[in-house]
Amino acid sequence: MLEQTVTIVANERDTDQYFRLVLHAPQIAPLIQPGQFAHVRILPLKDALLRRPFSIFQATADTFSILYKTVGKGTDVLSRMRAGEELSVIAPLGHGFTVPAAGGETPLLIAGGYGMAAMFLLAQRSPQKGIVFVGGRRRVDILCEKEFTALGWEVRVATEDGSHGEKGLVTQPLLAEIRNFKSQISNLKLFACGPTPMLKAVGKLAEEFNLPAELSMDEHMCCGVGTCLTCVIPVKAGESWEYQRTCTEGPVFDSREIVWEITK
Amino acid sequence: MNLSVQIGKRTMQNPVTVASGTFGYGAEYARLIDLNQLGAVTVKGIRLNPVLGNPTPRTSETASGMLNAIGLQGPGVDGFIKKYWPFLKSLKVPTIINIWGTTVEEYAEVARRFDALGGVGALELNVSCPNIKAGGAQFGTDCNLLAQVVAACRQVTMLPLITKMSPNVPNIAQLAKAAEDAGSDALAVTNSFPAMAIDIHTRKPKLANITGGLTGPAIKPIAIKLVWEAAKAVKIPIIGMGGIQTADDAIEFLMAGATAVAVGTANFYEPQTPLQVIAGIREFMEQKKISDVRELTGSVQVAKK
Repeated sequence: MLEQTVTIVANERDTDQYFRLVLHAPQIAPLIQPGQFAHVRILPLKDALLRRPFSIFQATADTFSILYKTVGKGTDVLSRMRAGEELSVIAPLGHGFTVPAAGGETPLLIAGGYGMAAMFLLAQRSPQKGIVFVGGRRRVDILCEKEFTALGWEVRVATEDGSHGEKGLVTQPLLAEIRNFKSQISNLKLFACGPTPMLKAVGKLAEEFNLPAELSMDEHMCCGVGTCLTCVIPVKAGESWEYQRTCTEGPVFDSREIVWEITK
Repeated sequence: MNLSVQIGKRTMQNPVTVASGTFGYGAEYARLIDLNQLGAVTVKGIRLNPVLGNPTPRTSETASGMLNAIGLQGPGVDGFIKKYWPFLKSLKVPTIINIWGTTVEEYAEVARRFDALGGVGALELNVSCPNIKAGGAQFGTDCNLLAQVVAACRQVTMLPLITKMSPNVPNIAQLAKAAEDAGSDALAVTNSFPAMAIDIHTRKPKLANITGGLTGPAIKPIAIKLVWEAAKAVKIPIIGMGGIQTADDAIEFLMAGATAVAVGTANFYEPQTPLQVIAGIREFMEQKKISDVRELTGSVQVAKK
């Protein structure tokens, strides 16, 4: 974890409201593990003081990138920043995904919208190729499909309006595929990032089929380093449960540890 | 040049600490800043038993500030000692432990436990958290109850006692005097301001707790006034806090009457802030040829009416 002022290399529109931001960060980039995040202070924001957390999308030797959607004043201002301008980042942060071992379980990745960004490094670094299931409302919400195909992964798309791939929720093709595996089912492992209802549905499927699942939780965050206790979720602890920090113990949690009845 | 100040019998090497609840238990920030450069480390509030905290959402950003209603989630005295004390004990600078309870007896018991621990820098009595139902702010808005809490803790420890004042009172001078008379060695002025925000699309409060405490630069001028009023009422030192982002902000608190200051919300977005504030105070003193930081305390020049 480092705090640095870094320079924007590129900040380009991807589709619709989605942007790709590339940052020059030669000291941070080599430290990044799949599923970790960067906490970004958008310096031109004057009266909105807090940092914004973003999943790390890609990393090279001296850069890392973020795939974000403009959802509020922070990301709006960010989307207008240009190459050469500076951001303050604290990264890499959080406990990420467990990269599958060679010859180990077959990874099934499930992403909703910009949750796809958090899955790329996992797919890239996994010696074991698998299937990526990606869902969104419309065609424009399906991101970086080509990048995953280029890695040699199979990509299954579902959109709610049917404009791309199967019509419906991403959990439908996932469920069909899990059933397909039949006797090989015990060799599957799920990894997911997306909106909480999707994660909950993936968690339920994992429970139903007794599959391990690692879920990257998307929670409102403030400090990003474990002090403020904003981003907590209920996690099993002995006979009872406790609040754990998405920024520190997470964002990736074992789905069996999450107490869904208490989550909002 | 002297930057050191006294809080009761405890010496701080410089007048800058951090506000309770904005710095975890110190270790979280140790990878980003050198804690041994601070005047003191102040940790999140501890009561006797572990506390689950409030449901989420617990914070919400506002113009130049934020609301929080964490609900004092914490590990309790035993959990704190086991999990966080070994690291804090290894620091060269004092640790100020913020304590609270739901009864006068609980405050005293927590104080007694930390007195017995040995090596604690000071105890900060949290009588002003707006986000818990029982305890907290009720003790900080009533002179009698406040005096009882301070006196009960005073009986069980010689550690410096810092009473953290509520801003939500009609007359802070009276409460400040009550804390001083009951044996408090210092005051912390101020805690967060009771506040609320609503999501207009869902028509729901932005916090699960409905209301929370406002902190950040938005509250600074109100906090400055409270420090000024409290400082006129008491002889004991005041740790001023409320929206400090820069050395200029900190110097303003010193001039209003504070002996030391605490950086709070700014830690969340810029963890280097406390060190920047220390460097900036030093620079200001050099420029103005001030040899002792204590000369700044209460140096605001107010024309006599």
